[in-house]
Formats: sequence, structure tokens, C-alpha cells
Amino acid sequence: MHTKLIKWSLLSSVVIALCSSTAAYAQLTSDQLREWLHTPAASSRVGNLTGDVHAAALPYRRFCVGCHGELGDGNGENAVWFSTPMYAQPRNFQLAVFKCRSTPTGTLPTDQDLFDAITRGFDRSNMPQWNTLSKQERADLVAWIKHYSPRWQTEKPGTPIQIPPKPEITPERVKDGQAVFARMQCYKCHGVQGMANGPSASTLTDDLNQPIAAFNFTDGTRPKCGSTDTDIYRIFMTGLDGTPMPSFADNIKPDEAWDLVFYLRTLQPRNSFNAKERQIANQLGLKPVNPNAPAQ
Amino acid sequence: MQRSRGLAAVLASLVLVGVGSLVVSHKANAAGEGKITGTVKFDGAPPHQRGIDMSKDPYCSKAHANDPAQMETVVVGKNGGLENVVLYISQGLSADAANSKPNQVPVFNQKNCVYTPHVLAMDVNQDFKVETSDQTAHNIHPEPNPLTGNIPWNQSQPPGAAPITKSWKAPEMIHVKCNIHPWMSGYFAVVKGPYATTNEDGSYTIENVPPGSYTVTAWQESLPPQNQKVTVAAGAAANADFTFKAK
Repeated sequence: MHTKLIKWSLLSSVVIALCSSTAAYAQLTSDQLREWLHTPAASSRVGNLTGDVHAAALPYRRFCVGCHGELGDGNGENAVWFSTPMYAQPRNFQLAVFKCRSTPTGTLPTDQDLFDAITRGFDRSNMPQWNTLSKQERADLVAWIKHYSPRWQTEKPGTPIQIPPKPEITPERVKDGQAVFARMQCYKCHGVQGMANGPSASTLTDDLNQPIAAFNFTDGTRPKCGSTDTDIYRIFMTGLDGTPMPSFADNIKPDEAWDLVFYLRTLQPRNSFNAKERQIANQLGLKPVNPNAPAQ
Repeated sequence: MQRSRGLAAVLASLVLVGVGSLVVSHKANAAGEGKITGTVKFDGAPPHQRGIDMSKDPYCSKAHANDPAQMETVVVGKNGGLENVVLYISQGLSADAANSKPNQVPVFNQKNCVYTPHVLAMDVNQDFKVETSDQTAHNIHPEPNPLTGNIPWNQSQPPGAAPITKSWKAPEMIHVKCNIHPWMSGYFAVVKGPYATTNEDGSYTIENVPPGSYTVTAWQESLPPQNQKVTVAAGAAANADFTFKAK
């Protein structure tokens, strides 16, 4: 009887250890973090604002700690309730891996990127827009986020990818954009019509092994890292670190990237950005790409 | 998949490692350096390796039409030899020997929708290449723990993409995956100092080991790592055989 009990408790502890994917990452201690509050890395510069990490202590406790946690590890008391369909866990600031960056994959974001993420929030997640906080408060919070990871003390943010000025939209560019979509095989996850129903869509997981959906271009939702043309350009060139979305910077030339932006716009329902693209697609009678067509 | 990843991460925190599907020799053979050779065997019935259903990607399933793919968590070859085990020196290396790195650039290829080799060993800061031979798009997505100093990244490799050259800053067993093809699973075994990976028959040779007493560690992605003490004499080969038991 006793041995059975011991066996079961051992087994269950093993199962728990294997199931908690966050357990794979060592925890930083609160002592370490207190010390890091006083490093030069715990600061921020957004436009002409300078973030004050100490001023962020109170707003962080008030607005952020419930999900992101005292230690910034994303294990706040509310985090356990995150469930389908908004299962994306709160960001673990200790890892300093961020989706929305202007910088290449595998590099730190700029202060402006973090500021924009706080301001914009994340559509289809539990992270609201924080534009109710003053700009100064948001800049302070950027500094606060940066005190959680030693990476800010040893690394510089990546060099933001260069985005050439947007060319004029032409039918050729929309067609070329579709060719890029086909060649990069975006449909593998996003589907040929951008409905997030590609063959690989159902098995996608994020870096915490949580299920994650590909972006659906057709349902009127907003991309997590911004809705403007430049935002969309940036999303596929930088990739969204921590998610299945890779960087295409090595494989899509800057000019082609604009073509792809124009084509992606045709997949979206009418919004304030895509009147021209949709009109061109209609005139062209554009059909979805055919993955089984012979390579051109 | 999740289990082996969790396990690997736990192992990584315990262990520093090195690998290659073939033996990778360190720089030019300096005078007096010895080597460590041996065989890694698997004792017992090899665990069943699940077959892979690649039907979601016609390119992949066609490539394996006559050669069904299986998971490669434990690959047992001739005479019980255990493949894809990384052997490295976990204790006893001088700072010089630990910090020297080989000049060659090991290659990790995406071929027929699997990783070749399944485990790629390399030294800290050693350049390695990621290539694709496939006419289907992959994304190459290593998952290191950023707290080690290794930073995760995620890059696409559509058909015909140029190789990517990268390196890692810290010793760690890094799981690699492709989100487009969820069965694709491999490892970058990043270690300090000389290393080797076992061949099909389980044999290995760690070249260019300066004379001295060392602890050799054998790392396998799903089995507990093993250690052995060896003493390498100048210009001679020391032997260290390992046996992994079925769980």
C-alpha cells in the first residue's frame, strides 16, 4: 500500500515536471532583479521621453503584475486562467524574447517597439491597449520591463530593418505579390485564401508549446503587431519571435516585400487601408494560389 | 515531442555537450595530442520509433514513398550500436583546450523533410550552416533557453534558399523544430572543447585531446547522460565505452 502511494507520488511529480514547460527555464531571483533595477540597462528612451524605472514600480504593480507577475516571468496570479481561445501566456520578460520588433529575429527590440506594444496591446489576447496611461508612464514601464532580463545589460537592440518608401500600387505589383506568397509558401499555415486553414495550421505551437493560430486575413481582426502597411511589411521581415512565424528577411527582397504587402491587403475584407488593392484584385479577377501548380 | 523537449532542457541544465554525425577533429593535429575512442551500445529492446505521417505535405510524403520515415529519438544500428550520441569532455580540460574551436563548419541539412544529421554537435562560437535540399518551405526554429546566453531565432527557408550561417554563445543542448512540419525534430549539441558523435555502429573518436585526466560525458536526447573517467597519454588513444539501458 505504502509503496503504491510512493510510486504514484513519484510518478505524478515526474508528470508535473514534464508538463510544466516553463520549468525548463531557471528562475531569476528577486534579489537579482532588485539589483538590476540600478543598472544603466534599466532605462528607456522613446522619442524625447526618458523612462524612469523607479517611477514604473507603482503602475507595474497596479496594472501589470496580475498577469506578468512580480518577477516578470509571466506567472502572475491571473495567468493560470488564460485558456482557449486566448491561451497565449503573458510574456516572460526574463527571457526578453518579443513578438513585435522592428529588429531582426533573435535580437532585442528597440525601446520604441516595446512602447508601441504596450500602447497597441495585442488583438485576440488578454493584453489590452494601454493608451490610457500617459506616454511618460508607458516609457517608464519600458524601462521596468528591461530590468527583468540580463540580456539588456550585455546586448544592444538589433539594427531595425530598413523599409524603403512605399511604391505606387499597380496591378503588376499585386500579381508579383501573389507570386511571392506562392513561392514563400505562406499558404502552408495561412491558407491559400488567407483563412488560417493551411495544412500546417492545426499543429502550430508557440515556444511554450501552447497551441497558436496563424493570422486569419479574412475575418477582420487586426494583426497582433500593427495594422498599417509598414507594420505588415515589418511582421514578415522580422518574424514574430516566440511564435511559429519566421523571418523572411533573407528570402524576400525589399521591393518584393512591398508587392507582398499589397497582395496580403487583397485577402482582407474591406478596411481603411485596402480600397485600392481590393479594387485591383477585382479587376484582375485574382484567384487564390494553387499549391499544386507546377513551379514557374 | 513535448516530453523529449522537456527532458532535453533538463539534461541541458545538467550537462555541457558536443556532437557531429561524424567525428569532427579540432584544428591541426598538435604534437603529442591523444584521442578518446570507444563504442556506445544500447542494451535491451530498442524502443518503438513511431512512424511519421507526412501526408499533409505531398512533397514530403512523396520523398518517403518507398522509405517510410520514423521518429529518431533512439536510433539503434548494427550490433546494438547507438547512433546520435554526443561525446564530450565535461571536466578536466584546460582553459586553452576548452576555448579553442575547430575551423570546419558543420552542416545541418533539411532533406526529405527530416534533419540530417538528427543531432549536430558543435563547439561554442563555432560557425555552423543550415541548408535546405527540399522543394518545400521549412522554417528553422531552434529553442534555446535565453537565460544561458543563447538567443532563439526563427528563419524561413523556402525552396532554393541560401544557407544560413550561425553560432551559439553557450554550451547547451538546443532542440530544433520546424513549425510547418511538426514531426521535424533535431538537436544542436553545443559543447566546450573537443567532441564527437557516434556513427551508425555506435563508434566514435574524439580527436585532438591534450594528455590529461578527464571526465567524458555521453549525451543522448532521451536517456540520462553518462560519465566516465579516462586518462589520455601523449599521442595515444584512450578507450571509453558506454552502454545505455532500455528504460
